[in-house]
Amino acid sequence: MKGVAFGQYYPAVSPMHRIDPRAKVIMAVLYIVCTFLCKNLTGFIALLLSAILLVTLSHIPLKLVLRSLRPILFIIAFTSVINIFMTKGETLLTPESWKIKIYAEGIWNALFMVLRITVLIIGTGIFLTYTTTPIALTDALEYLLSPLKKIKIPVHDFAMMMTIALRFIPTLTEETEKIMNAQKARGADFTTGSLLKRAKALIPILVPLFVSAFNRAFDLASAMECRCYHGGEGRTRLNVLHYRAVDFVAILLVAAFGVGLFFLNRYGFGYTLS
Amino acid sequence: MSDIYIHTEKLCFSYTDADGKAEHPALNGISVDIHEGEYVAVLGHNGSGKSTFAKLLNLILEPTSGKLVIGDVELTGRELSDEEVLQLRRNVGMVFQNPDNQLVATIVEEDVAFGPENLGVPHPELRERVDGALAAVDMSDYAHHEPHRLSGGQKQRVAIAGIIAMMPKCIIFDESTAMLDPSGRREVLNTIQMLNCEHGITVLNITHYMNEAAMADRILVINDGELLMDGTPDEIFAQREILRRVGLEVPQCAALIHELRKSGIDIDGTKISTVEDCAELIASYYAKTSLKQEEQDV
Repeated sequence: MKGVAFGQYYPAVSPMHRIDPRAKVIMAVLYIVCTFLCKNLTGFIALLLSAILLVTLSHIPLKLVLRSLRPILFIIAFTSVINIFMTKGETLLTPESWKIKIYAEGIWNALFMVLRITVLIIGTGIFLTYTTTPIALTDALEYLLSPLKKIKIPVHDFAMMMTIALRFIPTLTEETEKIMNAQKARGADFTTGSLLKRAKALIPILVPLFVSAFNRAFDLASAMECRCYHGGEGRTRLNVLHYRAVDFVAILLVAAFGVGLFFLNRYGFGYTLS
Repeated sequence: MSDIYIHTEKLCFSYTDADGKAEHPALNGISVDIHEGEYVAVLGHNGSGKSTFAKLLNLILEPTSGKLVIGDVELTGRELSDEEVLQLRRNVGMVFQNPDNQLVATIVEEDVAFGPENLGVPHPELRERVDGALAAVDMSDYAHHEPHRLSGGQKQRVAIAGIIAMMPKCIIFDESTAMLDPSGRREVLNTIQMLNCEHGITVLNITHYMNEAAMADRILVINDGELLMDGTPDEIFAQREILRRVGLEVPQCAALIHELRKSGIDIDGTKISTVEDCAELIASYYAKTSLKQEEQDV
């Protein structure tokens, strides 16, 4: 397990990787709005093209992007079936005598829904998880949510917790492996037997893991106190995020795309969602 | 002799049970003066109270009674403000045993910056301090690495850099080499020595390795919460019987060097930490003297 990057981050040098993480968070939100603005075929074609453009701009293999859709395949299939059979429209496709009635509108709705979910997943993935390291994402969220400090929401503390969690994932993974090997060496069996039996076999791993995690937390707390940690107040930062002009241009482009989609709804052709 | 930096008088500490009834004394009246720029080793077997002593010195634990003065500030007998505690911890840094449990950030340079960031050090001084601290422990090449990919010795050096970046006057090493392999230990010990010699930082090395203690200017031996001995390594190692009685065995190398020195052979035993070092030292001494002998013969 060692060396496997956490999350879906794909290290590469691309224009998308270089954009400020805060800008990317804003762009992701705008892009989600965009996917919901589309109402007709032209709009959806534009949306699909934009998704393809994003994948190209981020230098991420298409295969990898498509693989990320696999976990939601069921949701996509389920919603499209519901849409096909449950939508009532004017153009009936099945013979009058059939009990199950499928309307053309239902097919369109299903198609649009599938496109929307797919683009939504690909888009947010490209903006956030694929091109931004978890730690940069945490930083970005701390910056963007810092106005919430005014209403006493401990934004810094949450960000600190995230950072520490990310820092300790590899350490605890290594530890789990060590404990598992130690148990295996004494004849523990994790791979055979019923589900219940296998779940029970995990207990001798989880107990020492939890004990050691608590000990680590205790040590870390003293070490942090020794290094004068006293919350986010009056703290400076070594690496301060800096917006560049490109970041603003990128945000504007996504916003402009949204406006474009809005007008396409008026002048577009094909079936229009109500 | 330079100024006294840490001064304790009858310092006591007791751990209290969770129910607050029974008390377990860990430290029974330790009185000691530590001077600025000194390299002091604190020796003792497990449970002797040596780690408790270290934790009192930067107020991770509060003394139950006695007097503690650091710098010119008396820290006992009154309520301390948060500001004062921060100031103290800034001056007295502490490096712990487990290198994994004291690194906070996911990138080496950001971890080193953690202390000064907390102190509110502004740019560009922050950057200078981080780069300087990494250079001091010879880890500049690893500034952008992830800590979990480093070796134990390297991690511990990063932890030391994190303390140096706060520019402390004194660093306490609480069994910082106990979890390292021999090469990691040597890296860390060399770093400690360098900090003491070149940067003039007062060093307290809490340890149960006798060879490590041999590197210090002065050794304090703590047993059952009391200060048993206080002296130079030569003085301490001469009293092998007392040491053995409290469960500390003088390492063969240190004993050998001590005996050699006693019989008039001038070798410097303060830099050895392994058997190989000792062998090398004696070999080089032998080579040097036999060379002299030859010169004389010619």
